[in-house]
Amino acid sequence: MGRAKSPLSPHLQIYKPQLTSVLSITHRGTGVLLALALLLLPYWLLSIAAGPEAYAALLNHFSAWYGKLLLLGLMFSVYYHLCNGIRHLGWDLGRGLDLATTYLTGYIVVFLSVLLTFATCLWMRLS
Amino acid sequence: MNLTTPLARVRGLGSAKHGTEHFWQQRVTAILLAPLCLWLVISLLGLDLQDYGEVVVWLRTPVNTLLLLTLVVAACHHGQLGVQVVIEDYIHDDWQKVTSLIMVKFLAILAGLASILAILRVFLG
Repeated sequence: MGRAKSPLSPHLQIYKPQLTSVLSITHRGTGVLLALALLLLPYWLLSIAAGPEAYAALLNHFSAWYGKLLLLGLMFSVYYHLCNGIRHLGWDLGRGLDLATTYLTGYIVVFLSVLLTFATCLWMRLS
Repeated sequence: MNLTTPLARVRGLGSAKHGTEHFWQQRVTAILLAPLCLWLVISLLGLDLQDYGEVVVWLRTPVNTLLLLTLVVAACHHGQLGVQVVIEDYIHDDWQKVTSLIMVKFLAILAGLASILAILRVFLG
């Protein structure tokens, strides 16, 4: 038979990455990252509830390099997942499903999420 | 007309009549979360997060308390639904799959309740 050795569709190893597939997996990746961030949300809120000392300890973590890196990742994830999520809701309404529009909205999502992340960093630096 | 296969009928399996529920809840929470996330980001960017007093005053304002509570509930539900799909797609061993699904549900409830507790403590305290 030799069936066990034949490659399984869609055989990701030889697929050329396309904008559509890369954006799709990024939506998933940012979603998982945001779900993990939901475990940090109570940490932020509980330290506010616990008082100024606990809050200062949290600020220390978020001003360290790993905290800043995490914030940057979360910021991009929020913007990307939000923009691409709206794209998905459009598809659910049956809009923008043709190839040209899919690529156009895809590029818009990338542009917007990078722009918003950049603008937020700039804003935080200035204020 | 009965559309169940004979094997499924013997096993007592079949449609649970909840086929679209997961999909629908994910969309409804998404529609809720889109404006709520924008609100949270804009609010936080307008605050001096280094200033404890300012953050507490913001969190205590009733409209902020209410919106943040809504966001926490919607986000935990949406996150659980999303991670569930990822687990179902990539984990094929039944034991591992069911264990992870239950753990994710448990963590989502725990994170949601802890957040609600903290928000209410600040609001009432």
